[in-house]
Amino acid sequence: MTDLLALRGLTKAYPGVVANDDVSLAIAPGEIHALLGENGAGKSTLVKMIYGLVKPDAGQMEMQGSTFAPSDPRAARGAGVGMVFQHFSLFDALSVAENIALGMETPPPMRTLAARILEVSDTYGLPLSPDRTVGDLSAGERQRVEIIRCLLQDPKLLIMDEPTSVLTPQEVEILFETLRKLSAEGTAILYISHKLEEIRALCDAATILRGGKVVGTCVPRDTSARDMAELMVGSTLTTPKASSHSTGDVALAVTGLSAASPSAFGMALRDVTFDVHVGEVLGIGGVAGNGQDELLAVLSGELAAGPGMVAFQGRDMHGIGPEARRGLGVLSAPEERLGHAAAPNMSLTENAMLTGAAREGLARRGLLDWAKTRAFAQRIISDFDVRTPGPENAARSLSGGNLQKFVIGREVLQKPDVLVVNQPTWGVDAAAAAAIRQALLDLAAGGAAVVVISQDLDELMEISDRFAALNEGQLSAPRPTAGLDVEQIGLMLGGAHGMEVAHV
Amino acid sequence: MIRIEARPQPSALMAYATPVLAVVLTMIFGGVLFAVLGKDPLEAIATIFWEPIFGEFAFFYRPQLLIKGAPLVLIAIGLALGFRAGIWNIGAEGQYIVGAICGAGAGLAFYPTESVLIFPLMVLAGALGGWAWAMIPAVLKVKFGTNEILVSLMLVYVAEQLLASMSLGLLKNPEGFGFPGSRNLQQYGSAHNAEIIAGTGMHWGVVAALIAVIFAYVLLTRHRLGFAIRVTGEAPRAAKFGGVNPARLVLFCLGMSGLLAGLAGMFEVSGPSGQISIDFNVGYGFTAIIVAFLGRLNPLGIVAAGLLMALTYIGGDIAQSQLGLPAAAIQVFQGMLLFFLLALDVLTNYRVRFGTAEVA
Repeated sequence: MTDLLALRGLTKAYPGVVANDDVSLAIAPGEIHALLGENGAGKSTLVKMIYGLVKPDAGQMEMQGSTFAPSDPRAARGAGVGMVFQHFSLFDALSVAENIALGMETPPPMRTLAARILEVSDTYGLPLSPDRTVGDLSAGERQRVEIIRCLLQDPKLLIMDEPTSVLTPQEVEILFETLRKLSAEGTAILYISHKLEEIRALCDAATILRGGKVVGTCVPRDTSARDMAELMVGSTLTTPKASSHSTGDVALAVTGLSAASPSAFGMALRDVTFDVHVGEVLGIGGVAGNGQDELLAVLSGELAAGPGMVAFQGRDMHGIGPEARRGLGVLSAPEERLGHAAAPNMSLTENAMLTGAAREGLARRGLLDWAKTRAFAQRIISDFDVRTPGPENAARSLSGGNLQKFVIGREVLQKPDVLVVNQPTWGVDAAAAAAIRQALLDLAAGGAAVVVISQDLDELMEISDRFAALNEGQLSAPRPTAGLDVEQIGLMLGGAHGMEVAHV
Repeated sequence: MIRIEARPQPSALMAYATPVLAVVLTMIFGGVLFAVLGKDPLEAIATIFWEPIFGEFAFFYRPQLLIKGAPLVLIAIGLALGFRAGIWNIGAEGQYIVGAICGAGAGLAFYPTESVLIFPLMVLAGALGGWAWAMIPAVLKVKFGTNEILVSLMLVYVAEQLLASMSLGLLKNPEGFGFPGSRNLQQYGSAHNAEIIAGTGMHWGVVAALIAVIFAYVLLTRHRLGFAIRVTGEAPRAAKFGGVNPARLVLFCLGMSGLLAGLAGMFEVSGPSGQISIDFNVGYGFTAIIVAFLGRLNPLGIVAAGLLMALTYIGGDIAQSQLGLPAAAIQVFQGMLLFFLLALDVLTNYRVRFGTAEVA
C-alpha cells in the first residue's frame, strides 16, 4: 500500500533555533501514528507545516503520491487534512451547529447541517446534540464539536493535538472507539500526546522527536512506556518520590464555600468544604469547567467569598486580596499561563515581579528593585531548568511547558505556607512534569500545604495524600489516595459525563 | 481578495520608526493637499516646519513652541498613563476647561489683594478642578460600569457650556463694558503666570510639564503603581492575579490625567491666554491624544511629539496668514498625522495579503 502522507527531509528554522531538522515520516491510510516528543521537540512546528500554518524551509511533502505544499489551512483542509487543536476555538454563546457552520467555507442550510451532524455523531459514536449551547457543554463534548467539524469534511488525515488531556477516563474510551472506527474506514490519524500508555493502547506506529530531529521510531504495542519516555528525553527518567513525612496542623480550611462565577459560562461553587494540613498534598480532580478556575480564584483572593469561608492558619481570609495573601504565605498558580499567570508581552523579569514583589522584597516603599528581580527570575530559570536565552525574553516567546516551569518555579521558590496550583503539568512534557511534581512534593515535605487541582488522574494518584473530586461546583469528601483505583475515581468525578446521551 | 493577518513577531525597529515615517507621509500627502488647494506644496511645508524655528521671525515663534508645547505635553502625559492601562480618557479638553475655570476663579476671588499665596492656591484649585471633572467618569465606571470614553467625551460639551456661562455670568469682568470674558489675569500681578525668563516662553506650565515627564517616567519604570498600570494594559487578568485592584487603578489614572489637564488649563488661563472667555479652549485636550500616541505613550517620546505638534500649530498659523491656507486644511494636516501613525501601527503588527482564494 502506498503512503497517504510522506514527509521527506522537512526543515524549519526560526531565528536562534532549528525547530525541525530533516524530519521524515510516512503515514499509511488508516494508520494511527503517534508523534512523541518533549515540549520544544518540534511537534507543533511539524503539524503546523502539514496543516499549512507554517512553510518549511526545505524538504518535501507528498499526499497520495503528488506534491503537497499547502499555503494555508484552507488549502490543507481542501487536500483532506483535518486538525483538532488542544485549545478549542468555539463560541460559548452559540449552538453546536452554529459553531460548526462558522468554520465552514459554504455552510449548508441549518437544518441540513443539523441532520449531517446527527448522522456523523451517530456513525462514530460521538453523542452530541446540534442545538445545544456550547457554553453548557463539558470539555469532552466541546472536543466532539471540534472532531465533528473536521469529520464533516471527510478528512483523509486527522491530526489530534493532546486530545485526552481534558477528558475523564470514560470519555477517553469513547474517543478511542471513535478513532479506531475512523482508522478502520481508512482515515489516517496523527496523534500527539504525552500519555505513553494511551499511545501504547491506540497507536500502530510512533515517531519520536527530540531537539527537532527524529530520534527513533517504534511500534508502541511492543515497546514499554519507559523505553519510549527515555527515547523522548534522551536520558533515564526518575519518577517523583514522596519522602515519607507526617502531616501536621490544618493550614488551610475551607468551610461551606459558595461563590458565584464571575463569568457567564463559569460554574458557581456550592458548599465546598475541605482542609489541608501542613505537609500534605490534597489532589482535587475533575474535568475543567466544573468550578476549578473559580476555586483557585477564591483561594488566591481574586474572587471574593463570604466571611468565614476560607481560613489560613485559623485566620479568616475574608476581604484579604491576592497581594496581602502572598505576604501571609498563601500563593497560587492559575491554569491559564498566558494572560493569567503571566503577562505574555512582558519579560520574565517583569513576570517575576508580578507575584514575587512582596515575599522576595523586590519593592521597597513602592520603588522596584529591578536588579534583584532579575536575579530572582534568573534563579527560577536555573533552578527549574527553564529553557530560554535569558530573563529579558518575553513570556510569550517560551514554549508552554517552559513557561509552566517558570510559573510554578516562581511560586515554589517563594517558600509558600500554602500553595494552590491548577493544572500544574498541562501540556508539559514528561521530564518537565516529573520535575514539577517533584518540586510540589518537596514543598510539602518542607512543611507547606499543597492543593493540586488537576484533570490528570495519574498525576493526582502519584503525588496526593488525599483526593477529592470537583463536579458541577461541588466537592466530594476528600479520601486517602492509597486504596483508590482509577475506576472508582472516575465515578467520583461524575465520569459518566455525557454518557447518558450515548444510551438513548 | 485582500486580507490582513497578524505578524508572528512585529519588528521592534518599526515600532520606533513609525512615528518618523508617519511624519514623512503626512508631509507628502499634506503637500498634495496643499497643491490641490493651489498653493506651492514645498513652500507650505517649509512654512509649517521651517519658518517657526529658523525663519525671519523665529525670535518671536521659538518661545511659542514652549507655550503651545507645554499644555500638550502636560495633558498627554496624564492621558498616556491611562492609555497604558487601557483606560480611555477622551475628555481631557473638558478637564482642561474646568481646571482653568477653577484656577481663574480662585485667583479672581481675591482680586485685587496681592499675595504670594494666591498663585499657589490657583495651581491647587486648577488641579482639583480637573481632577474632580475626571472623577465623574471614573466613579461612574467603577460604580456602574459605564463607558469612560463616552462619559468623559460628553462632559467636554458640558464643560464648554459651563465655560460660556462663566464668561457671561459669574466670572464676567465687572469693568469689561459688558463684553463677555473675565478680568485679564495678566494684569493681576499675584495671579499672573508670567514668563520666568523673559522672552523664552518659559512659564510655570513648562516647569510643571517637565516635572510631570520625570514623574511619569519614574512611575512607569521604577514604581509599583506604574508596573500595575503596564500589567493591566498588557494582561488585565494577570494584573488582577498579581494583586492590582482594577477599580483603584481607574480612579488613579482618570484622576491623574484630569489633574494634569486641569493644571494645563490653569497655567494657560493665567498666562498666555490671560482670561476666561467663551473661546478659551482651542483643542489642546484632543490634540494631546495625538501627542500621546505619537510619543508611543512614552514620557520622553511625548516631549518630542508635543514639540512637533506645537510646531504644526505655530507653522499652521503662519501658513494661514502668509499663504492664506484655510484653518481647516491645517487641522486636516494634523489629523493626517494621527491617521498615518495608526495605519502604520496596524501594518507593523499585521501584514496585508493580496491573492485570490486558494484551490479548494
